[in-house]
Amino acid sequence: MSDATRAEVCAVAVAEAFRGDGEILVSCFGTTPAVGARLARMTFEPDILMTDGVASLLANVDPVSGDDPEPVVEGWTPFRSVFDLLWNGRRHVMMFASQIDRYGNQNFACIGDHAAPKAQLLGMRGAPGNTLSHKTSYWVPNHSPKVFVEKVDVVSGVGYDRARALGPQTARFHCIHRVVSNLGVFDFATPDNRMRLASVHPGVRIEDVVEATGFELAIGDDVPTTPEPTDEQLQLIRQAIDPKGLGNKEVRV
Amino acid sequence: MADKRTTEAEAVAELRDGMTIGIGGWGSRRKPMSIVREILRSPLTDLTLVTYGGPDAGLLCRYGKVKRLVYGFVSLDSIPLEPHFRAARQAGGFEARELDEGMLQWGLYAAALRLPFLPTRAGLGTDVMQINPDLKLVASPYEDGEELVAMPALELDSAFVHMNRADAGGNGQYLGPDFYFDDLYCMAAKRRFMTCEKIVPTGDFLKEGTLHTLRVNRTMVDGVIEAPGGAHFTECPPDYGRDEAFQRAYAATARDRDAWDTFKADYLDVTEAEYQQKVRAR
Repeated sequence: MSDATRAEVCAVAVAEAFRGDGEILVSCFGTTPAVGARLARMTFEPDILMTDGVASLLANVDPVSGDDPEPVVEGWTPFRSVFDLLWNGRRHVMMFASQIDRYGNQNFACIGDHAAPKAQLLGMRGAPGNTLSHKTSYWVPNHSPKVFVEKVDVVSGVGYDRARALGPQTARFHCIHRVVSNLGVFDFATPDNRMRLASVHPGVRIEDVVEATGFELAIGDDVPTTPEPTDEQLQLIRQAIDPKGLGNKEVRV
Repeated sequence: MADKRTTEAEAVAELRDGMTIGIGGWGSRRKPMSIVREILRSPLTDLTLVTYGGPDAGLLCRYGKVKRLVYGFVSLDSIPLEPHFRAARQAGGFEARELDEGMLQWGLYAAALRLPFLPTRAGLGTDVMQINPDLKLVASPYEDGEELVAMPALELDSAFVHMNRADAGGNGQYLGPDFYFDDLYCMAAKRRFMTCEKIVPTGDFLKEGTLHTLRVNRTMVDGVIEAPGGAHFTECPPDYGRDEAFQRAYAATARDRDAWDTFKADYLDVTEAEYQQKVRAR
């Protein structure tokens, strides 16, 4: 039995979400996605591009605490070129979801009716354009029925049912790849692209996931357990990527 | 080259109730805050504000100056949610025209190029279409026939941007990592004002930055205002970083009426010179 924390298990699951991405920009919101993307880049996806969070592309992998002693800049990405790049499609973003439904419709704009919100959140940000332009995944550190909901209050990121309604031409770049939460990994590999439980994290029961989800998940007969980090992965996370253990502060088990 | 030097007071005196204004920068980064503070001191009302929103949106909404806000987000960056903006939104204080942040660029760019709209996929299939019921679709006239959103031009009455350096003729230089959309704001507006940390002789521009930092030229600017510390408390690298302690204090006043009154009396019911003096004395 590994001594990996839940955050570290999540980081490996995030890294797996970026497997196969090749030479594209990976953009992450949240600490665990930032750890996972770096892990992917340092192991099986060396061609991934990442920014320093401001306007530089870094050729080296910087720690998530943001205090890179010697950044090696390989490119310039002011917001103007990030927008161009994302419409060009060479990007995989992992965004937060304040709410997400069974088809992957996502909301981080506000809670309640948009005309009179109970809680204003981030706003639409880039979610509408991202979800129709390139691969999108979501990170949910606090899996609960308030996040995994029957119906999102506002649609900021396009899910599969709405993408289908737009037709194959408009939706040809739409791909909600994975949802990684503190309880498990989810995908949309079902005939009508409903969310499916792809794996449960070690120590989590399927019932726990069902109870924390506000809609009916597709659940196969034999749900695998999310892989534990290998010794090499743990060493990279703890020594190079997140020596301060910031990921452990983000993930509530 | 005409001398376009002017003041915040003269620039803001041109504004009228109900006008549409654009404010450059991004979030809590290189915002023309001395102009924002001047608008707060004015009796202006019913403004439509177009912005990649930060404390400009928070303060103008808090003061009830905004009738309609056109935005993709409002954030203080290190404090992800702008608390004054949130409070005003939740109180129903203004009309929220929320867009994808790329659509905002497209609207400014269309206005800059004097086009009625620019097509985009962004917004389709989302509640952007419900929130902005006047958005229309356009079909590609070519074989593909794809249906797209026709993002209308966001034409501005006035635009305000803040640069690191400028000359008196209206050429502007940013020395930080990003020029944001400042050139587009200027090109989208009828009247354009540029505050700057320092007015320098034109010949000095290339002593501090490369050719590529001269993103704003004098066709885009009607008035130049020297405003050292003018972006405070937002960041304006390399001249200064964000004043995080000040920003935290500002954010905390959203939850505390007494703290707000004190903050307002100390920093907003004063002249720009007094503001800068008080900030230095902190």
